[in-house]
Amino acid sequence: MKSFAYYPGCTMKTTGKAFEQSAFAVAKVLDINMREIERWNCCGTVFSLTIDDTMHHMATIRNLVRVEAMGESEVLTLCSMCYNTLKRANEFISSDPVRLSELNDFMYKEDLKYSGHVQVRHLLEVLRDDVGWDALKAKVTNPLTALKVASYYGCALVRPEGAGVDSLEDPTVMEDLVSSLGAEPVQWQSRLECCGSYHTIGHKELVFERTERIVSEALKAGADVIILSCPLCEFNVGSRQPEVAERVYGFKQIPVLYFTQLMGLALDIDPKELGMDDEAILKLIREKVEV
Amino acid sequence: MIELGTHTKSCRDILDKVERISEVDVFSCYQCGRCSGDCPSINLMDIMPNQAIRLLQLGEVELVLASKTIWICASCFTCTSRCPKGIDIARVLEALRQVCLRKNIDELDLNNIPEEERERYPTIAWVSALRKLSG
Repeated sequence: MKSFAYYPGCTMKTTGKAFEQSAFAVAKVLDINMREIERWNCCGTVFSLTIDDTMHHMATIRNLVRVEAMGESEVLTLCSMCYNTLKRANEFISSDPVRLSELNDFMYKEDLKYSGHVQVRHLLEVLRDDVGWDALKAKVTNPLTALKVASYYGCALVRPEGAGVDSLEDPTVMEDLVSSLGAEPVQWQSRLECCGSYHTIGHKELVFERTERIVSEALKAGADVIILSCPLCEFNVGSRQPEVAERVYGFKQIPVLYFTQLMGLALDIDPKELGMDDEAILKLIREKVEV
Repeated sequence: MIELGTHTKSCRDILDKVERISEVDVFSCYQCGRCSGDCPSINLMDIMPNQAIRLLQLGEVELVLASKTIWICASCFTCTSRCPKGIDIARVLEALRQVCLRKNIDELDLNNIPEEERERYPTIAWVSALRKLSG
């Protein structure tokens, strides 16, 4: 069994509960042990881009101190934004001994000093590199044959260079996952485009526009569902769809799932354990798969 | 009429700061426009990202600081990833936002968010919006 320190991040305990629940359900089947970090705190959600802003990396790095305190060397995340922030802050601080010691000085009340050696991993990376697609295929008991899936990466999972789980412009990890589940990955236009992110609060019209485009492109490519790995993308591209439908004549909606929920269905896990209670979505998927 | 290219001392100071905290040389931009062509939010900006860089080169820092553009950018890094000169445009825009935010000028006013909407927004949206748009 492969074991990781698990960093949930703030949204996994609120609107993203289904993501966490489904991730634990599939991890159990795949023999991945996710040990939640004790006393974790918010990572800050966005990596501070200016070079003189060390303070803003402290919350992020404090979580990595706690990973080392658990005796683990790798931390697993589900949320794309947490992954991006943890990975970039880790690289920024650990690559410079002066910054690292400055930050450790700020965190003098911690029991340990941060060594700079924790590795930040995303579940998609672990599925590809540690579990492997063949091993995953062998566990699939309910192949999602004939289900067409649009993989939505958004920004934080792939950009900028060096911070992503896969290639900058041509990632395949999610499509490979979809194929491993017996479903059909669709090729489509908007898979790497921003959903509008935090503008959902102050500029929701921007998000409506992004969502309209992303959903329409997925449908145009023939997708039955969209999968993603970020609770903010899920809110914008998923939960906002009815509001877009009220505003845009002829707008058609599409179910949006976390990739772990799609995996759970292929692994024949009870939808309730995947946080899936929308009968309409389950019916649509079942109909497709049975054809 | 706006007189361009004035390069006042205060503009130069701000530009120096922007270049220092972003670690970007804005003068290496040759105006190909790729950043603006690929920006997903360009239609809501008042000046295009390549124009913002050009205005900085011309010393019109205040004009860029007063633009909507720096606040519309949500750091998706599409421009950064595709710039043929390797300019990290997202970092430049962040540095410009920081110049404003460090004077305690907030862009997001929470009083404008209707109360009934506040509860449904995910935590991740609140944290990122406040990190990016408030000082």
